[in-house]
Amino acid sequence: MITTEILVIGAGPAGLMAAIHAAEAGAKVLLVERADRLGGQLIKQTHKFFGSKAEFAGERGMDIAEKLISQSSDISGITIWKNAVVLGIYPDGVVTVSHEGEFCTVRPKKIIIATGASEKTMAFPNNDLPGIYGAGAVQTLMNVHGVIPAKRILMIGAGNIGVIVAYQLLQAGVEVAGIVEAAPQVGGYRVHAAKLQRHGVPIYTSHSIQSAHGDSCLEGVTICQLDEQWQPIAGSEQYIAVDGLCLAVGLSPLTELLWQANCEMKFAAELGGYVPMRDANMKTTHEDIYVAGDVSGVEEASAAMVEGKLAGLYVASVLGHKKDSFTDEFQIAKSQLSALRSGPASVKICTGLSKVVLEEVG
Amino acid sequence: MRIVNHPILTFPKQDMVTFTLNGQTIEGVAGEPIAAALHAADVKVLRHSHGRHRPRGLFCAIGNCSSCLMTVDKIPNVRVCIEPLRAGMVVETQEGKGKIV
Repeated sequence: MITTEILVIGAGPAGLMAAIHAAEAGAKVLLVERADRLGGQLIKQTHKFFGSKAEFAGERGMDIAEKLISQSSDISGITIWKNAVVLGIYPDGVVTVSHEGEFCTVRPKKIIIATGASEKTMAFPNNDLPGIYGAGAVQTLMNVHGVIPAKRILMIGAGNIGVIVAYQLLQAGVEVAGIVEAAPQVGGYRVHAAKLQRHGVPIYTSHSIQSAHGDSCLEGVTICQLDEQWQPIAGSEQYIAVDGLCLAVGLSPLTELLWQANCEMKFAAELGGYVPMRDANMKTTHEDIYVAGDVSGVEEASAAMVEGKLAGLYVASVLGHKKDSFTDEFQIAKSQLSALRSGPASVKICTGLSKVVLEEVG
Repeated sequence: MRIVNHPILTFPKQDMVTFTLNGQTIEGVAGEPIAAALHAADVKVLRHSHGRHRPRGLFCAIGNCSSCLMTVDKIPNVRVCIEPLRAGMVVETQEGKGKIV
């Protein structure tokens, strides 16, 4: 049995920040990551981030990942396990982990769950054909492994991920046949949508996918226009020949461990699905379990990093590792989060959070 | 296909190894996920579904969705999107649930 003060599950933007800030305050941290590398999905973000300087605005996601990874490796209070899948959280507080194929048991005092989210799919005929990918999968293939997913791709969804990945496809030399968006307007950052339009990529707003076609792999897609009630308009169908279809239709929090540990969960569509009830210090309804990042509600990586910092600082303080600057740092992080959530694009997130955040503490 | 020129990223030339897919020899980069090597070789059908034998490919690429299960070195249900490629691997398109023995 391995003991530690804090177990952080997941080494993406939220988990890395949680581990770094808890360890800097003096806590002993075990950071476990299921993949063979740290950084989560930051490593494939080749675009520059928005926000303020405190959230690394102006830097590319992959460069932020590199910084956080090297910071986490430099702090002696953090033990890092890669290829480590958490299997279960037991009522007596023991956590089981498969680490490099070996079965291990860990007894932490507190747990910060930062497992992130998984991509949603969409219901339409032939949605299982090879050649139909989640937008993140396309990013992984291109930006991490240097492999082109298809020659000509249609993107579904013009939110931030849709417009950013469509632009990254162009950068990789893939032809983008268009972006299909059910809403009457583009939801993603204007700057990215404008870049696509300058490259002549058509954006089909008030459109949706009707069906995919192909024998053993995707060969084409039929899209159609939607009326004001978001219903297909008969006769508006058009066929687009593509060998790739990319779905950027949202993410769902990866909450299995929270369910297993009996944390109280609530459905908040605005946050991507079921998320844990939690307080403003990121504590769930389980005394020893905290959350940070997309698992507590799908947002941008910038918000995930700040949540990680909050959780890390707070959990360390609960265990008696309270920095002199704790109150200041904690308040600054909270105002960072409020600033990130203040724009018109964050109204949805705030609505979701109002359903699951138990009380404003401290 | 592999990306050669990219405005932001560089992909240095790496050591290639060979493996087989259904008996046919294919080249890939050592350590990259098997699925990446297969995509680079334009192989997209990774298995056929259990009920209706429909072709299935890669969907999430990070080990979440189980769309990419293949039989690797006789072991079925390997998530090839996260399984690192090694020289000499025997990769097979998986039919249904695969065979354990």
